[in-house]
Amino acid sequence: MTAGWVEEALRGQPDEHSAADAPGRVREELVLERIDRVRRARPRIREERITMSHGAGGKATHTLIQAIFLDAFRNPLLEPLEDAAELLADGARIAMTTDSYVVSPLFFPGGDIGDLAVNGTVNDLAVTGAAPLYLSASFILEEGFPVADLTRIVASMQAAAERAGVQVVTGDTKVVEKGKADGCYITTAGVGVLRDDRRLGVAAARPGDVVLVSGPIGDHGVTIMLARGGLDLEADVQSDTAPLNGLVADLLAAAPGLRAMRDATRGGVATILNEIAAAAGVGVVVSEDDIPVRPEVRGACELLGIDPMYVASEGRLVAVVSPADADGAVSALRAHPLGADAAVIGVITAEPPGIVSLRTAFGGTRIVDLLVGDPLPRIC
Amino acid sequence: MKFVDEFRDADTARALAAKIAALCEPGRQYKLMEVCGGHTHTIYKHGLEDYLPEQITLVHGPGCPVCVIPMGRVDDAMALASQPDVIMTSFGDMMRVPGSNGSFFDAKARGTDIRMVYSPLDSLKIARQNPDKRVVFMAIGFETTAPSTAMTVLRAAAEGLANFSVFCNHVTIIPAIKAILDSPDLRLDGFLGPGHVSTVIGCRPYEFIARDYGKPVVVAGFEPLDILQSIYLLMRQLAEGRAAVENQYSRVVPWEGNGVALRAIGQTMELRPYFEWRGLGFISHSALKVRDEYAPFDAERLFAVPGVRVADPKACQCGEVLKGVLKPWECKVFGTACTPETPIGTCMVSPEGACAAYYNYGRLTRQRVKEASRS
Repeated sequence: MTAGWVEEALRGQPDEHSAADAPGRVREELVLERIDRVRRARPRIREERITMSHGAGGKATHTLIQAIFLDAFRNPLLEPLEDAAELLADGARIAMTTDSYVVSPLFFPGGDIGDLAVNGTVNDLAVTGAAPLYLSASFILEEGFPVADLTRIVASMQAAAERAGVQVVTGDTKVVEKGKADGCYITTAGVGVLRDDRRLGVAAARPGDVVLVSGPIGDHGVTIMLARGGLDLEADVQSDTAPLNGLVADLLAAAPGLRAMRDATRGGVATILNEIAAAAGVGVVVSEDDIPVRPEVRGACELLGIDPMYVASEGRLVAVVSPADADGAVSALRAHPLGADAAVIGVITAEPPGIVSLRTAFGGTRIVDLLVGDPLPRIC
Repeated sequence: MKFVDEFRDADTARALAAKIAALCEPGRQYKLMEVCGGHTHTIYKHGLEDYLPEQITLVHGPGCPVCVIPMGRVDDAMALASQPDVIMTSFGDMMRVPGSNGSFFDAKARGTDIRMVYSPLDSLKIARQNPDKRVVFMAIGFETTAPSTAMTVLRAAAEGLANFSVFCNHVTIIPAIKAILDSPDLRLDGFLGPGHVSTVIGCRPYEFIARDYGKPVVVAGFEPLDILQSIYLLMRQLAEGRAAVENQYSRVVPWEGNGVALRAIGQTMELRPYFEWRGLGFISHSALKVRDEYAPFDAERLFAVPGVRVADPKACQCGEVLKGVLKPWECKVFGTACTPETPIGTCMVSPEGACAAYYNYGRLTRQRVKEASRS
């Protein structure tokens, strides 16, 4: 009895790494080059069913998007796979995005599903350089969900909308039977306007550019992990959920050489750096010492065996700027309350293309790859 | 951060690296095995090999709990989990390990009730909350995790919890090390002993390695400086022509081990006559099963476990990787057919697996990184 899926996985793969008699170092190089080629190949979904990994923002999510959604919907507006699509409507450039929120628990230190649903969509617009204007809000509610909770969530959405200067202008409600949903799910869509001619995008990163992060990473993800209560861990940490459009406006004004921004949500900073490396065909080299992480977040991650580089933030962005504008960009970020701890974390390099490497605090080097799914806690 | 940063200090690392380099005899090659997957993880995660001279090669050992589980046991677990009214609980590491019909994650997507827990005690909580279900904990790991399984069984017995059992896959490290020492295809110069296993079993069980095989052993901690210092201690023994067991991780590991933990294991579990290890084959007296006295908590007695032996896929060379005979990248399917997304072998699944550690952190030759950092 052997496993049929193994033969399936092996199909179409060359049978073995060649050049068996070359010296070790050369053989290792050859193997690595072949792996690079395999990684560039068009992704295929091997699973017969959706697993939790497909929703975690890592490799499995990327494969799902590439192999299912992009394959079906392929068009030039979708293809850049930026946080928001850039559209032309009667000569005006607008940006459009959508996002669903299924966070559990619904209420957590620093926020709730309501302000998260507003801020997340505002941020997806803002990081493409758009000024967010209007949002939609759709609710899927589970039978039996307390009206008081819904009232609280919606009030929090309205407060977040006011803070971000956007309006919720349309929406939808569906109720499903008890057990068919987990309390309350929210989908928001947003539109914004792109007021100048600048084209931002991760594909624009080029060697010599500088990589910034707007503040300490991983607060939201760790807050949620602890709020779920399964860990018997306590830490004084709260979600960083916040609208970034004000911070982005300041950054846009201060740094004409801004190439791209992304908000570091699901998959964390590591995932964004990998997206930059892949889209622009460049290397990204970051320094562990320079990446801001709160001690509480770092401590929780150490205990759980999780790397904060992969943990979500909901109010932090990663930006790539030209070297000439790096200082101006950092100053502009630090002048804003949401960017007080902004820092340069790395640079864009020509080599090795498509790979993110990290200079560890210990003084070694390693790569930072996409995760397959959610970071899994280690056994021991 | 306290208790972390002082063990990752780059200046201390440079000083230690210089001392290690000074101990290398010209022209001699050194092969040191880190037995534990936790060490492999640290080595790659912190880029520790950057500090080692070319003469020293670290060989990754079998001490990765998930890696050594044979595919047949995964299938058995899957069969258990899919029986009526069963809730299977498992450590996160185990969730992606492939059986012949996919992983726990895939089974979960098909509707099987498999839940990730952080501690076996969480399984008891689930059992109490679901009295009409039968909760089975997928127990894996070396002597590090066996005590917590033992304590869970003892607590379940004390509470008289009738709907909780353990699918016991605990293994013991010494027979695996012995199998490697007796393996003809590998010549090692010394061992970095497994730190957390040793908190339980102590340092004495390794004495035969020094006495009978003439190889030095240094029980090592898991921070990068722990490992670098342990390599230094090994190199010093080799330079002085000594072979002894030394304890670098004395802040955690008592020489005699942990009597309470050992007694808990002994009370609830006993050695199996033999057990199959992934890639290493059957090793006698290398695994634990639940004792007769605790039979009501033994899933293997409560359920019909198929016990099918599934041959490892031919292409998979996990066995050679686990024995340290092959470097991960030397495996035929490494990084092409076998990746973290679609692992064929267990070594590619666990963060402690040598293949996963190399793929996720080390898949970059030093030269290229150095050039990149300079540019």
